[in-house]
Amino acid sequence: MSKLSLTIDNRKVTTEEGSTILQAAQSAGIDIPTLCYHEKLAPRGACRLCLVEITKGQRKRLVTSCVYLAEEGLKVETESEPVVRIRKMLLELMLASSPGVKAIQDYARRYGITRSRFDIEPDFCILCGLCVRYCNEVKGKNAIGFVGRGTQRKVMFFPDIAAEECPKCGECFPLCPTGVIPSNYALAKLPHFTYNNIRL
Amino acid sequence: MPRLKSAADLEARRQEILARRDPDKPCVTICSGTGCHAYGSEKVAQAFAAEINKNGLKEKVDIRRTGCHGYCERGTIVVIFPREICYLRVKPEDVPEIIETTLVKGEVVERLLYEGEDAQRIIHEGDIPFYKHQSRIVFGPNRFIDPKSIDDYLARGGYAALAKVLSGMTPEAVLNEVNKAKLRGRGGGGFPAGIKWETTRNAPGEPKYVIVNADEGDPGAYMDRSLLEGNPHSVLEGLTIGAYAIGASQGFVYVRQEYPLAVENLNAALAQAREYGLLGKNILGSGFDFDVTVHRGAGAFVSGESSALMTAIEGRVGEPRPKYIRTAVSGLWGKPSNLNNVETWATVPLIIDKGAEWFSGIGTKGSKGTKIFSLVGKVANTGLVEVPMGMTLREIIYDIGGGIPKGKKFKAVQTGGPSGGVIPESLIDTPVDFDELTKVGSMMGSGGMIVMDEDNCMVDVARYFLNFLAEESCGQCVPCREGIYQMLKILNRICAGEGRSGDIELLEEIAEVVRDASLCALGATAPNPVLSTIKYFRDEYRAHVEEKRCPAGVCKELISYYIDPEKCQACLLCLRNCPVEAISGGKGLIHVIDQGKCTKCGACFEVCPSRFEAVVKLSGVPVPEPVAAGTEVKRKRGGKSE
Repeated sequence: MSKLSLTIDNRKVTTEEGSTILQAAQSAGIDIPTLCYHEKLAPRGACRLCLVEITKGQRKRLVTSCVYLAEEGLKVETESEPVVRIRKMLLELMLASSPGVKAIQDYARRYGITRSRFDIEPDFCILCGLCVRYCNEVKGKNAIGFVGRGTQRKVMFFPDIAAEECPKCGECFPLCPTGVIPSNYALAKLPHFTYNNIRL
Repeated sequence: MPRLKSAADLEARRQEILARRDPDKPCVTICSGTGCHAYGSEKVAQAFAAEINKNGLKEKVDIRRTGCHGYCERGTIVVIFPREICYLRVKPEDVPEIIETTLVKGEVVERLLYEGEDAQRIIHEGDIPFYKHQSRIVFGPNRFIDPKSIDDYLARGGYAALAKVLSGMTPEAVLNEVNKAKLRGRGGGGFPAGIKWETTRNAPGEPKYVIVNADEGDPGAYMDRSLLEGNPHSVLEGLTIGAYAIGASQGFVYVRQEYPLAVENLNAALAQAREYGLLGKNILGSGFDFDVTVHRGAGAFVSGESSALMTAIEGRVGEPRPKYIRTAVSGLWGKPSNLNNVETWATVPLIIDKGAEWFSGIGTKGSKGTKIFSLVGKVANTGLVEVPMGMTLREIIYDIGGGIPKGKKFKAVQTGGPSGGVIPESLIDTPVDFDELTKVGSMMGSGGMIVMDEDNCMVDVARYFLNFLAEESCGQCVPCREGIYQMLKILNRICAGEGRSGDIELLEEIAEVVRDASLCALGATAPNPVLSTIKYFRDEYRAHVEEKRCPAGVCKELISYYIDPEKCQACLLCLRNCPVEAISGGKGLIHVIDQGKCTKCGACFEVCPSRFEAVVKLSGVPVPEPVAAGTEVKRKRGGKSE
């Protein structure tokens, strides 16, 4: 595999062809925030926190660093003004929907967001999809998946598959940044308790 | 029916069809598009068939159910050829008179004709102002064709462009022609079709696919639907030509399940095209193989986005993905896939037939040809209109649309559907052109055009579109899912009179992030209705937030209905029409609205006679104390209560 080099935050970084900007940055110790990236999974570009600004010729544009492939000579800024402005708003939006999630709190602190201007409507799941994608891509089981769309979107165990597969696996539990997946699974196993109207 | 084996076979078949048809034989065409169908066009058609039989005219008169004529406001539309007599708002009970007067006596039924200015009657469809200012090159053939008859399409020269391509043009020559025509995609983005075709053709990987995007989902827009329903072969012919140029042997039509007539007519067209050898193996003896599969979409707006649409065809959830590698390079099953919308494909045969030079002679520098718009809202003539690019919004709304009804004042026009923006009166001379519309903060989109008058509240309009988008966002990316939700919440509270200081600026702040950070075009364009209404109607937002006043009198929480005791003539109309019995009073007694009971439905306001104008809508001011119960009315001089 051939090598290529690019500039990230004014530092020259060498990486392998085919790696993404995010991977190149990580290998150089540059920390780009992300909530939906995992090395074992295909990148999805869903949380949008990893947006960075690239310059090609005269043109600047925002790209998702977990998906965008590194190119020879590419100039990347991971903390430019528009990037930070976007991250701050995204974190403020997520603080309203998932105020108790440590990963979000940590990033909010890093960007100086102490409170959200939006009404808090707390939910534990941040819809990063790590569990769903792991079960699909790595395990090939689809015991857990998304249902609904827009703000109605949520993650659910599919009972007939989950009852069969989850007791012997549980590999998605440590991936969950909020702990809601193992909790829901544990709750669903309790006698006389149903989660989303299902029992495992 | 033996398959057509060559271009000469096709021409022979066409001559044969024409020879069977007498151009002088009367033909009653009944518009059977979606609009007229809803008016009851099928009953009109059946009435014609029955009456024609009854009068013994069966051998002398043809009946044809055609595609949409576009003037949906005046359905059911009946046009009688060869004289092209156009009757509007035809009901089944009008049919005997039409047969007696027009088909037997050869005269016209005056009362069913279009009534122009000065009560002047217009006989021919093409002379009606609604049609006169249009250039209906793509949509026009609809009215001559029974969509279920391939012979009707062939009779008008259909598939001649395909024959021309297969018998004498290389794929490169076809590409060159489309490039020269500067055809831009009619689905929303306006991307040059020729460049997209070329990208797919040159991308490594086999097989390649061509796809028709018939997932039209904008509220109020139905041009793709009417084209696919009314002239399905024009879309198939364009698609087949594209497939030849690109090097694809398999095509897909992604059509909404909610368009049953489009699916039905499309399937009928596919079966006929296969039977005639215009699809399948060795088309017209050229050695070119191509066939088409229909995929019925499950109704998600986001599935009109190219990567989501292709994911849905693959049988997975229709959600978009980041497109740094274009679908033209890696689309359906990771293969090069070329997606264009219905109207774009239907335009292709015309370009091949009449040449790129002819096509690029129509329109503006950057936008060539014509565009079909769905002209709806507060405009006298609603329907589907096709105009050359470059025509101004004013010409479309006033010359074709006939202006704003009921003497109201024009306020704004919304183009481009939920992802578009509003354009105020000061910019009404903007030409319809991909780049010009984007410049003023809206977009061409797929061609929705909603006209609004002084009674439309711009905050409410923004809220309506955001509400639609909040429901249609797939929810995978944070800015679109959470950002639209929060914008909607802010708009809801502004409309409810609970807007806070700083809300307008906060809306702008969220909107910019949603626009810049969303994963797909749905999110990236979702803030347009908000940003454009704030840009052009900021004062209206401020009235809502600062004065708790809705200037257009739309937002229910901000208005009150009140009966002016000086004007009330105790006619009892409002009292009887109030659905919640909130109005007290009686004969000779001033009517009073109980503000606690009133649901602000506006029924009293609607029924109060215009000579009294006693019921008024108040906003931003307190409702005056009511008069004491049982107060007698002050009679208007010389007036009488009813």
